[in-house]
Amino acid sequence: MTHSQFELLSNQAVAACAVVYFLAVLAHFAQWAAGRKVEEPVEQPVGVGAAGSGTPLAATPTGPTTIDEPERMELFGRVGLSLTVVAAFVHFIAMASRGLASDPVRVPWGNMYEFTLTGTWVVVMGYLLLYRRYSLSWLSPVVTSFVLVTLMIDVLVLYTPVVPLRDALQSPWLIIHVVAAITATGAFTLGGMCSALYLVKERWQRKHEADGSTGRGYLARLPELPVLDRIAYRTHAFGFPIWTFAALIAGPIWAHYAWGRYWGWDPKEVWAFITWVVYAAYLHARATSGWKGRSAAVVALVGLATLWFNFVGINFFFGSGSQHSYAAPEPVAVVRTLE
Amino acid sequence: MSEPTRRPATGYEAPPLRPGELARWSWRQLTSMRTALILLFMLALAAIPGSVVPQEAVDSLRASQWRDQHPQLTPVYEKLGLFSVYDSVWFSAIYILLMLSLVGCIIPRLLVYWRGVRRRPPKAPRNLTRLPQRRVYETDEDPDVVLERARALLRRRRFRVEVVDDAVSSERGYLREAGNLLFHLSVLIVLVGFATGGLWGYKGGVIVVTKDSFANTLSQYDDFRAGALFDPVKLSPFAFTVDDFDVTFIRQGREAGMAHKFSAGLTYQASPSSQQRETRISVNHPLHIDGTDVFLISHGYAPHLTVRNADGSIAWSGAQPFLPEDSTFRSFGVVKVPDASQKSGSTQIGMEGEFYPTYGFIKGKNGGPFSAFPDAKNPAISMLAYRGDLGLDDGKPQSVYALQKKGLTPLKKADGKPLRLDLGLGATATLPDGLGTVTFDGVSRYVKLQISHTPGQKIALGGVVLALIGLLGSLFIRPRRIWVRARRDGGRTTVEVAGLDRSAGGDLSNEIDALTASLRPASTTPEFPEESS
Repeated sequence: MTHSQFELLSNQAVAACAVVYFLAVLAHFAQWAAGRKVEEPVEQPVGVGAAGSGTPLAATPTGPTTIDEPERMELFGRVGLSLTVVAAFVHFIAMASRGLASDPVRVPWGNMYEFTLTGTWVVVMGYLLLYRRYSLSWLSPVVTSFVLVTLMIDVLVLYTPVVPLRDALQSPWLIIHVVAAITATGAFTLGGMCSALYLVKERWQRKHEADGSTGRGYLARLPELPVLDRIAYRTHAFGFPIWTFAALIAGPIWAHYAWGRYWGWDPKEVWAFITWVVYAAYLHARATSGWKGRSAAVVALVGLATLWFNFVGINFFFGSGSQHSYAAPEPVAVVRTLE
Repeated sequence: MSEPTRRPATGYEAPPLRPGELARWSWRQLTSMRTALILLFMLALAAIPGSVVPQEAVDSLRASQWRDQHPQLTPVYEKLGLFSVYDSVWFSAIYILLMLSLVGCIIPRLLVYWRGVRRRPPKAPRNLTRLPQRRVYETDEDPDVVLERARALLRRRRFRVEVVDDAVSSERGYLREAGNLLFHLSVLIVLVGFATGGLWGYKGGVIVVTKDSFANTLSQYDDFRAGALFDPVKLSPFAFTVDDFDVTFIRQGREAGMAHKFSAGLTYQASPSSQQRETRISVNHPLHIDGTDVFLISHGYAPHLTVRNADGSIAWSGAQPFLPEDSTFRSFGVVKVPDASQKSGSTQIGMEGEFYPTYGFIKGKNGGPFSAFPDAKNPAISMLAYRGDLGLDDGKPQSVYALQKKGLTPLKKADGKPLRLDLGLGATATLPDGLGTVTFDGVSRYVKLQISHTPGQKIALGGVVLALIGLLGSLFIRPRRIWVRARRDGGRTTVEVAGLDRSAGGDLSNEIDALTASLRPASTTPEFPEESS
């Protein structure tokens, strides 16, 4: 295959995986819609076991559609998960062919479009790998719709044709630095989702405690608050050392070789440092001051906001001022033809 | 702060704090966890302005442009130190307080840890049912046999074990706190490394036209920044010549015009007495000469121009670097001729304008000269000329890339329009009023090099690596205690296994299950799993 054929393949694979993600979103929405009609198991800790464990074991026989619904829920859940696996595979093809499309062949991490393509894939892979361990069926609709929307924005706003890597990017540190940064970003994103769900559920629970009603539907089926809190903590604790490595070890070493200084307070560096400090505060608060639940979740979301701002914002708002501005449209085609 | 606390219930007024007490109180406040957290958030907030306002130390050109555009805000910003946030008093205050708080926090913890790390595992609580994880089974074995086996099993699992009375106490995961302390200490190491570079290091930029040489002395630099304790005598005495510069511009396709694989060939000597060596430097591949690094940052064009007086004598000749303005390498530059002559005596000539590596011209209202390609395929310059006083004699340093137009008048054509010198390669233009001629002789490339010496780099790197190791320990080592108690109870032995996970959110049930399973001989009564929440 030629390079331009690979580029075409990559574009088509992105479109195809977006379609499959969309179907997965539909399946998961159907799953939780079916779940609304089923009474949630009381005191049944959600999430002990394999796929579709959100299914209640004891459905009330008085409801109108009680027999079919749990099965339907499980079926839709399985369909959604299988579609996500297929989509992740196609997503991987899109990334790989993007690298093969360049002449010379390179890693697909040259610009924002490619970073986002890889970042979303890491989020999906993280979700799939942890699916069994933490029984993440409740996270499916959030992850799939997040990835779908992000991919759409990526294609609509950030798309850049394949070009070779710039000289500054031609370094083994590109692989080390970017892989670590994207992995940490994926972990923080997953953790942030759990923290956001924590806040939503906590609010919902307070409301229901106040009026004495019991809720149904998606929120009722989320894991108990301490479980959400613990999963969020573990994901962040996994991401933080990787972020430390990416931003404070691999980054500075590469910056030394490429730009002649290991730390120069470039806007991207400043914000990576801010993100690091906020997540350090999150872990510190949990470890020593016993901040759990609400306040910890808020800090985690602040950290996620600084992370995403650094990823997107710096390149757009500080484009010319940052040495990291790989998104700023590099005026590559400078050959003008005269009339 | 020494204001007495009011206690309305008793009407008793506490005496003002004595200086010693005040100091103790302040120290306690400073080293509390809450203060540390607040300082961390403040550090994050305080770092933000430095990413919004152009920083003097990062990009002085942009900082001065910003100053020109905002004449009203500039004095305020200057007072607040917003052009050098990371050296400002308030930013330093935050991190110094944070470091103090850190020291105040880790010293007591080091002492506690030092005592704790040698301590034996604590005695089994009287009532093991209170613990989060507990298993019970009955057996016919003698309690001592069970306890001995438990001791061996736990030892094999690398627990620290102690047998007291009827129970085995065990503990492991002491390294979590060690990791934690290592992390905090390493932050200090990083800061020391960073400060070393800031105080004793230097960073300078220089533009060297190919075939020219550079010797590492202060006067040769175009811009130079050094730390407060830097001593210019310590500049390492190397010198080099830029032999050539290679660049490939992609000529076809979507990325046409993109420069890639640029590199410069250098001949260098580490000191005047040492041997000459040759090397090539490129982006990501600097030259390292005993502690000093030479980096290739960017490149550009230096047109060769010659200004001759009316009598044919040379008033000025040389290669003047022009600064690229966009990716087509349309470049801006200035030529200053301090010793020109005219009929009435001597004068000074200044020229400013643009260089186009591949000249093109668009006719029409919005047209004008442009560069069609970044490679020097059809080089041309287009400059305006001035005469008068260049302002070089007032003692103030002047940029070589800007013309001070206060004492200058533009040269005009016969029709009164400003004179524009448009010169192709090898062309000569005549200046009016018998000022002589200007010739565009040729083009050289130049390289922009950054030369920096940053001591303490290895210390900082070592510090971060240690911090990461400590961090991993403090996050993933789980300190936990397990107790096994065996009691003779009516002819049979009741064995209790219980555990406590001392890390946040840990789960011991699997470990306790595994231990119970290997502790229990094959034929005993079934266990009663007991989990109290």
